[in-house]
Amino acid sequence: MKALRAVFAPGYVGLVLLFLYTPIIVMMIMAFNQSELYQLPFVFDLKWFRALAHNDDLLEAAANSIIIAIVNTLLSVTLGTLTALALSRHHFRGKAWFELLLLPSLTMPWLITGTAMMLFFFWTGIGRGLHAILLGHVALSIPYVVFIVRSRLKAFNRSLEEAAQILGASAWQTFWRVTAPLLAPGIVAAALFAFALSFDQFVISYFLAPIGISTLPVEIYSAIRKGFTPEINAISTLIILFSMGLMIVFARLSKFAGEP
Amino acid sequence: MLGSLALLAGPTYLWLLVTIFLPLMAMLYFSFLTIAPIAGPGGTFTLSHYVDIFTKPVYLINLKRSLIMGLEVTFFCALVGYPAAYLLARQIKNRWREALLLLVVLPFWSNALVRTFSWTMVLSDNGLLGQWLHVLWPGGPSLDLLYSYKAIVIGLVHAYLPYMILTCYVSLQAIDGTLAEAALSLGASHRQVFQRIILPLSLPGLVAGSILIFVPVVGAFMEPRVLGGQQGITFGTIIESQFTTSFNWPLGAAMGFVLLAVVLIVMALFFPLLRKHLN
Repeated sequence: MKALRAVFAPGYVGLVLLFLYTPIIVMMIMAFNQSELYQLPFVFDLKWFRALAHNDDLLEAAANSIIIAIVNTLLSVTLGTLTALALSRHHFRGKAWFELLLLPSLTMPWLITGTAMMLFFFWTGIGRGLHAILLGHVALSIPYVVFIVRSRLKAFNRSLEEAAQILGASAWQTFWRVTAPLLAPGIVAAALFAFALSFDQFVISYFLAPIGISTLPVEIYSAIRKGFTPEINAISTLIILFSMGLMIVFARLSKFAGEP
Repeated sequence: MLGSLALLAGPTYLWLLVTIFLPLMAMLYFSFLTIAPIAGPGGTFTLSHYVDIFTKPVYLINLKRSLIMGLEVTFFCALVGYPAAYLLARQIKNRWREALLLLVVLPFWSNALVRTFSWTMVLSDNGLLGQWLHVLWPGGPSLDLLYSYKAIVIGLVHAYLPYMILTCYVSLQAIDGTLAEAALSLGASHRQVFQRIILPLSLPGLVAGSILIFVPVVGAFMEPRVLGGQQGITFGTIIESQFTTSFNWPLGAAMGFVLLAVVLIVMALFFPLLRKHLN
């Protein structure tokens, strides 16, 4: 019975992992397969990756995605960190309401957030385009940044800052010499998270991208709808490896950030 | 003090005002108009979109369909995910546990669209599994699941399963191991320990996971479009097409609010359960 259980536990989790990874691995294999119609036997070929280098639409969309992800990271990490500091270092009336106001962009279906933004931006003349996509991504990222940075703030002792102030450090010195270095792992983790969120975001971008301008997920979606080619597998393989790489770094950092 | 507070948090809330709260209010306003006030003076006040949604079969049928889809996906995620979380939290030991948890979470942080798309290669008869099946079992049944309701559910379960495993894992992990030991030493069976201790104490994780899955699944439109083909019509895809192809924004806005109301009702129903167990 005990031996059975020892085999059963990893076996079951293994099956779940098989379910989670099968499609991804199949797609990756097909990205290296010569056949356009996904025919077996498997013949190794890099032609779909070579074709990517000449697909200007995809390259431009990829450049847009990377630029938006970087600017989104800078903006959301700055705004989110300041908000986390305000919420955890100050006590004021109605604080719970301000915390509650962070939740809608986390919990509403993206379809609703995206269509509401599209309608409002169109109506007010903000319009659609890369700037609108950026506005949306930052709104989605800020609450996550606030939560990640706040959990780091909770983890270290307030008395360190008080000690610095008693010893004569100004508020500015205390922030840069004490608070900021202690917060750094949390901020880096939040930055990676915000980057990944923006880089992978599809629904919001889809509603805010006008014809002719797109991000990578939006471009991939229209390619899928038109009828896919193995080129999509090739770019998808690159995206998955890139995102998973980012997340492994995030996992290591957030574990580090969790230590007091 | 109030000044520094406004300086620190002000930009964030201003940003959220412009991108979340004002758009939602604008959408609510649009949902009561006959036509969208985009290209000229707007329409007049009407309730007809909401009346249509609750009286015309096309909307009711698809709302029901989306709700059933949400329930089914949530159910399958719980069915598969809870045991996995249980084993990870209570059977598998440290070094393995960390590695396996990371493996569970990893796909969930890769692009959702790309992951959904990858199922087309597995589920079509022409796909890898289909071809292998034909090699292993010549003349066997074909595995042509792509562009069906089943394909949508498989893709959505795949997309949201890690949520369920994670939330259940967190609450199972937090259960004091000595509780189960005490119950066992007092003569309870393993089954009783599970029913009376483990399951009630891990219920918040199960509920949190269910909400995290049900909410986005009811509003899903990309997965049904990619995996469902002609079968892939849901409440979510109808909303999407009001904004992208039919350009009936007021109707789309009203449908969006009905969806939001459904989501809020579900959350309100489960919130007391969640809070009771958190306290």
